[in-house]
Order: sequence, then structure tokens, then C-alpha cells
Amino acid sequence: MAKTMKLTLNIWRQKGGTDPGRFERHELSDVSEHMSFLEMLDVLNEKLLAEGKDPVAFDHDCREGICGMCGMVINGRPHGPQEATTTCQLHMRQFHDGDEITIEPWRATAFPVIKDLVVNRGAFDRIIQAGGYISVRTGAARDANEIPVPKPDADLAMDAAQCIGCGACVAACPNASANLFVAAKLAHLSLLPQGQPERYDRVRKMVAQMDAEGFGHCTNHYECMAACPKEIDVEFIAKMNRDMLKAMVGERDEVASRKK
Amino acid sequence: MQKALTLYDTTIGKKAVLAVTGIVLFGFVIAHMLGNLQVFLGPEQLNGYAKKLHDLGPLLWAARGVLLLSVIAHIVVAIQLVSRSTAARAVGYRLQKSAITSYAARTMKISGPLLALFIVYHLAHFTAPGVPMGSYEHSRTDVYANVVSAFSIPWVSGVYIVAQLLLGFHLYHGAWSLLQTLGLSHPRYDGKLRTVAQTIAMVVVFGNLSMPIAVLAGVVK
Repeated sequence: MAKTMKLTLNIWRQKGGTDPGRFERHELSDVSEHMSFLEMLDVLNEKLLAEGKDPVAFDHDCREGICGMCGMVINGRPHGPQEATTTCQLHMRQFHDGDEITIEPWRATAFPVIKDLVVNRGAFDRIIQAGGYISVRTGAARDANEIPVPKPDADLAMDAAQCIGCGACVAACPNASANLFVAAKLAHLSLLPQGQPERYDRVRKMVAQMDAEGFGHCTNHYECMAACPKEIDVEFIAKMNRDMLKAMVGERDEVASRKK
Repeated sequence: MQKALTLYDTTIGKKAVLAVTGIVLFGFVIAHMLGNLQVFLGPEQLNGYAKKLHDLGPLLWAARGVLLLSVIAHIVVAIQLVSRSTAARAVGYRLQKSAITSYAARTMKISGPLLALFIVYHLAHFTAPGVPMGSYEHSRTDVYANVVSAFSIPWVSGVYIVAQLLLGFHLYHGAWSLLQTLGLSHPRYDGKLRTVAQTIAMVVVFGNLSMPIAVLAGVVK
């Protein structure tokens, strides 16, 4: 028999961008320890609907921890208290009977609240659009080892490519900085041969877009790395800084030319 | 055609300015401590060192110029970045728990302005003539006597001791953080570099603390 618990939830409610928003208190009993955090919210929403009230809006999709849609700040930690875990993979056994849980959306000016716990992460998409790709067609799958890639580079590129773009790094950062996200999206290309031709142009464009979106700067707290459900390492931020400084100091860009 | 992006326009570029000026100021703080520690070698040594510095003339002013520019750039960029990050989270959290950041990192924007205030006080105290800073006559040539008279006043020593602790926290974070900012850190030697940087920061703080404490304790008189 699964243990059940009674919880008090302080949930951020906000009708839309112009609504100042407020916290709402809900009591929820008979929460099974086997429920995921989102299933617990589903139960709350069923209850709210039965009472004729507006359910709590939250983002979710795969509920398998790989899509990057879900995410909320649970008791002051993005994705809650468990390390390397998305909100959907967080289970209620991490909590105790009688707990009070505060649930807030990601807080960043670049991530405006759409409703309740749902924020608009279009800023991330625009950063990718600015240069987070390679421009040439790679064609069909190559023969193995046709393009040699050192194993450590391949592994590291895969580590960076684990980023699911959930935005927990921004949510955790005291400066609401997107450095870890941008660094990961740069590194998974710059570590591989196909990423080299546009490497320095890419870092310039993506960093410029990151700044234009209004994210803060990095002050090396490393809170992003601690909050990241995919454990992306801050070493990628150092790599981004290195590439950016090199790009700006030593590499030519499309518009750099001697004045005629 | 779009205008070429300059490094200074970007947050990463501004952080690099903060890091490079930080290195200059870090270097100064070490040299300043080594110079001042000569107080333990007696009045002739310290006053002689002070005279040698002053006799450098234009070189001294060049060094002062670099330091002044570094301090101004460090402060201007810090203000720009902090106001940016404040705007980046216009609505804050009701509850936010930090996981791995340090006290030093979280208080950089408090220790910074307080250190700026201390530097103004410190310059007015020991360098600017005619600013009354205690019940003693400030000498232009007898640096040793100035140090002893100043630090004999408990509240003056108190100000210096508090300021050194702030400096310690500021350097503790800044020393290794600048390596990450300049892209010089790497997992292979990150831990070691961090320890080295923080050790140097602590040596500076304890070196500086030793002087007011030695005067108060009557070791230097």
C-alpha cells in the first residue's frame, strides 16, 4: 500500500502578462508517494475543475525527462530538490506528509509569464535561430570513421548535446543568465568537425542574441550547473568565453574590413 | 550593413574587462602588501622604500594612471553589468535556495562598493595631506610614524581590519572566477588553480591584517 500524504501548496497564479499575479494556497490530501510532481498537479487540477475553478496552467509534454517542456521552481529550486531530475521525473516520495510546497514559474524578464507556471521561452529559440546550427547539408549518415572524431571530443559533444533547453539554468542563476544554455548549444557543434567552419561566427551571433534577449551576465556562481537536469558542466561556459574572446580579437567576421 | 559587434558591447566582453582590470588590481594589492610589510623591518626600511617610490617620478605617475584607469573601468563595467542583471530578473522569487554558490560570490556587489569607499578613505587618510584623520600630526616623510600613530587609534584599525576581510571575500571569488571568465579554466587543472588563487588571496588578507594588529598589540611601535 503506497503511503499517502497531505500537502499545502502555495502556487503562483497569473492570468497573463499584464496581470501582476499572486500566490494561491491549496490543500491537497491523499497524494500518493508514487505520483510524479506533475501527476500531483493533475490531481489538483481535477479537483479545481470539479469545483468549477480555473486549473493551474503548467508546461509539460513527454513526461519522460527528455523534452525540456516542464519546469517550475519548487521550494526555491528549479525542478525541485532532486539532482539531475526534471519536474516530471520528480516523485512525491521526495516530500513528506504535511509539507508546504511553494511553486513558482521561472523568473526572468526574458521569459515572460504566459499563464500561471507557463513561461515563454521563445528567447531560447531565437538564440538558436541566430546561429545554433550548421548551414551546410550533412547528407545521409556517413560511413563510420569517414570523418575521424577523437573519442573524448565525441563524448564531450554528447554531454553538451544533452541540453534539453528547459531553462532551469536561467531560473537558478542569480543574474537570470543564459550562459549555460548558450555554452552547451555552442559546444555540441564546436567540438565536432562539422561545426568548425562557422565556429567563431556562431559564437558572436548567439552571444549577441543572448544579450539582446535581456539575459543577465555570468558571475560564476555555478548555480546553473547544480540545477541542470542534464548536469551540463560550466566548463562549456569557459569554452564559450574562450571562443568569444578569440572571435572578437583574432577572427575576421563578415563585416570586419579595412575602411576604404 | 550592420555595425561590427565590438567585444565591449557584449556581456562576455564586459566581464573580460572586469577580469583583466581585476588582474591589474590584484597585482597592485600584492605589491602594496609587500611594500607595506616592510613596516616590520623598521622605520629606516619603510621610509626609505617610500622615498624610493616617490623618486620614481613619472614612472610612479604612469603606474598610478594605469591603476586609476583600471579602477574606473572595473567600477563602470560592474555597475553596467549589475544593473543589467537586476533588469534581467525584474520579478523575483518568493523562495530561492542556492545550491553551490559561495558567500563570497553572492556578496561581490556589496563588498565591491564598500571597498571603493574604503579606498577613498584610505587615500584620504595616508596620501592626501591635511585631511584630519586622528589626533596626530600626519607627516609627509615619516611613513612609519604615520602607520603607528594611525593604527594606535582602535577605530581606525577597526576600519582597516573590516575592509581587509571584505577584500578577502572579494579576492577569494575574483581570483579564480576571472580564470573562468577569460576562458582559462579547464577541468584538468581547475581545482588546483582555484586553490592557488584563493591561497594568494588569503595571504594578501592576512599580510594586510598583520599590520594594524601588530600596532594594536604593541609589536610595532
